Amino acid sequence: MAAAASATERWVRTGEVELCVAEWGDRTQPTVLLVHGYPDSKEVWSQVAEQLADRFHVVAYDVRGCGRSTAPSPLRGGYTLERLTDDFLAVVDAVSPDRPVHLVGHDWGSVQAWEFVTVSRTEGRIASFTSMSGPSLDHFGHWIKQRTRRPGPRRVGQLLGQGAKSWYVYALHTPRLPEAAWRGPLGKRWPRLLERLEGIPAGDYPTASLPRDGAHGAWLYRDNVRRRLLHPRTDPFAHAPVQLITPIGDAFLSERLYDDLDQWVPQLTRRTIAAKHWVPRTRPDQLAAWIGEFVSTIEASGRSSVRTGSPKPYADRFGGQLVLVTGAASGIGRATAFAFAEAGARVIAVDRDTEGATRTAELARLIGAPQSWAETVDVADEAAMEKLADKVTSEYGVVDVLVNNAGIGLAGSFLDTTTEDWRRVLDVNLWGVIHGCRAFGRRMAERGQGGHIVNTASAAAFQPSRALPAYSTSKAAVLMLSECLRAELAGQGIGVSAICPGIVNTNITATTRFTGVTEEEQKRRQEKSSRLYGKRNYPPEKVAEAVLRAVARNQAVVPVTPEARGARLLGRISPKALRGLARINPPM
Amino acid sequence: MTSMAGGGLATRRELDADLRGFREVQRLSYACAEAVAAQLRPGVTEREAARMQRDWLRERGVRDWFHLPFAWFGDRTAFTGFRIPLQFFPTNRVLEPGMPFILDMAPVHKGYTADIGYSGCLGLNPVHDRLLADLEAHRELILREVRERRPLREIYQDVERLMVRQGYANRHRAYPFGVIAHLVHRTPERRWSPQLFGFGVQSLKGLASDALHGHREGWSPLWSPYRFSDHPPHPGLWAVEPHLGFRGTGAKFEELLVVTDSRDPQESAFWLDDDLPHVRRWQGLS
Repeated sequence: MAAAASATERWVRTGEVELCVAEWGDRTQPTVLLVHGYPDSKEVWSQVAEQLADRFHVVAYDVRGCGRSTAPSPLRGGYTLERLTDDFLAVVDAVSPDRPVHLVGHDWGSVQAWEFVTVSRTEGRIASFTSMSGPSLDHFGHWIKQRTRRPGPRRVGQLLGQGAKSWYVYALHTPRLPEAAWRGPLGKRWPRLLERLEGIPAGDYPTASLPRDGAHGAWLYRDNVRRRLLHPRTDPFAHAPVQLITPIGDAFLSERLYDDLDQWVPQLTRRTIAAKHWVPRTRPDQLAAWIGEFVSTIEASGRSSVRTGSPKPYADRFGGQLVLVTGAASGIGRATAFAFAEAGARVIAVDRDTEGATRTAELARLIGAPQSWAETVDVADEAAMEKLADKVTSEYGVVDVLVNNAGIGLAGSFLDTTTEDWRRVLDVNLWGVIHGCRAFGRRMAERGQGGHIVNTASAAAFQPSRALPAYSTSKAAVLMLSECLRAELAGQGIGVSAICPGIVNTNITATTRFTGVTEEEQKRRQEKSSRLYGKRNYPPEKVAEAVLRAVARNQAVVPVTPEARGARLLGRISPKALRGLARINPPM
Repeated sequence: MTSMAGGGLATRRELDADLRGFREVQRLSYACAEAVAAQLRPGVTEREAARMQRDWLRERGVRDWFHLPFAWFGDRTAFTGFRIPLQFFPTNRVLEPGMPFILDMAPVHKGYTADIGYSGCLGLNPVHDRLLADLEAHRELILREVRERRPLREIYQDVERLMVRQGYANRHRAYPFGVIAHLVHRTPERRWSPQLFGFGVQSLKGLASDALHGHREGWSPLWSPYRFSDHPPHPGLWAVEPHLGFRGTGAKFEELLVVTDSRDPQESAFWLDDDLPHVRRWQGLS
């Protein structure tokens, strides 16, 4: 493997089997033990391990019969969870004899690790467990039992859903065929399949041992699945804090599997990630960050979390992520920054108004952002945005969620709007978004680990109006830009959403320019429109909620207020009526 | 306080005696708030906290109220989800560690009325600390603009703008008529002092009579964002209560502002008392 250069390998004997164990980093640091899944070998962890190695003593081993470890003989009966627990204890004895380890498992590695963390003979040897894409077979058994015993429509739906996703489990129970397939065509085509279906870049993974890993690993299923699902243990309670990372695009495991997990795990931290099954290869940065944070918290306090009270909405999704919001000194931008902060994200508040941005960053820290920063930048200034992107990337990392929110208002008839007016509104509302998407979107795509871009458009993007020609044009462009960008970046796991708020009580009305009138009249109109928007009183906090929801669900276009939703609907049912509305001159 | 409202300024001595009476009852109320706040423990409900205030003040001779004591805990300090006025009344919400709380009471003592608000929190709450610290600017802003004789409606909007700039929501908008302040008066002592929806009938009568006079003369005893408050500060005692809200945490102070018709800016408006818990807190911080 690529990381093998910095890793040292050794052999650990357990029964008749020799396990190949790789180690990275300083041995005096807390040990993080990584267990791989099926059909994999420890190489699946190489990227995560390298990132964790600067802070921890990282260990990964090839499960029996995989990679460079030897296989038991005979294979049948050699893969029971009891035997796998023996392997785990042998490795722990060798690498961390007098300090409990932090266990991390993916896929079958997680299934095994659930066994380790719920049986009594490992008590005191495990400090924490991070699970991804692999449920406990005992919990799974109880999950099925509960749903078959009292089958309501929803429960039957969940059963059928997971039943369909488990097709490969049935296939692996047929004798000899899977082995033949792995040694034959499947083994040859697997890397291409992974690249196409899971988006794993071709390269040094999977390794040459794949046909053997796949063939031997079939016994993991045959030796355990039927037995444990039909007769689950009655006491599979976790004796260590657990962090559950659920990829929401997993083709093999339903999110619903973990609904009842709280009853088995006293200290459970939930995380969700927009990714497919093979997260150790597709999202190594995020995994390393979450594992590092979880392990550090437990090392420091002995508990998984010191926070009390119910978890904030979307804390599982945005905890620790880097979020940049433009126009964050007031209104929707500020509320969005706060909402992300409450979910535990690291927030960068960008605005022309230094004082306002600083204030946003300060308050964000108070309500839950682990870190927050304020940056003074005019989004219309391309060089400044590029400089900002450089600074952010080098100092804080690649942005996970970008919210292009900065915008200004401009009202007045087309014939009264000067070229200068047009330039200003397009510079901020459209070019600001373009600069943001280019500077940060490129870095997001280059990292290749997903992300999300939110652009604040407007209900005016689809509701024409004789009073707002320039503003509506700029916002319609933002809407179309978002749609095109969404199509372009979908293949790289980057979502793009356009938010169309509608009439929201912010200070945009107080700063909107009204063309073709005297200064005095302009001031009067600003006050009047502010008053009208105040009477409508739709809070920016609700728009911020819609932004978080849009990112979590990867929604394309989100009209927020009822009038925005109404206009969008009307535009579909009767565009003529929408045009009729456009001709009304608002009372000013 | 007809001597002030009537325009013709009464003798200085009369005024001082009156102010002393108001100051005493305001101090009594803040003493009550501090005493009750010190007794709050996890598990106490809003109703119990309200009763503690009532009992404490009754023991010290309070027989009538402008309004009965309120207590709000947790996100109710920011009036989260309040739609109807009944939601202001104390509930069975239980106090938990780290929770903010607000005690609000308006007793009548020896004929003088106070109306105070006291914000605190049980244990550490950095958000709440920040809100309390940021209230200082509002106390200064209100006094400055009242002395400038700006229309009350404009002052209201300036306060709201400052709140928004600070990153907070204006939560006094949730009060009836969205008021940031209202006039209080001397209240005649009667043997029987009934209440209506938590408000003392005598005080309500005073307010109603003010409203009637004000309607004829173009002013209002309620300091609101609406057109009827578009007039310069009317002389009298205003119970001012700016109320900040920030994502489920609220904080306010409420105290009496004396407005007179003096030409001297310093004399034209001043806070009745500067020796109050929140003011001492700011002085300690600075």
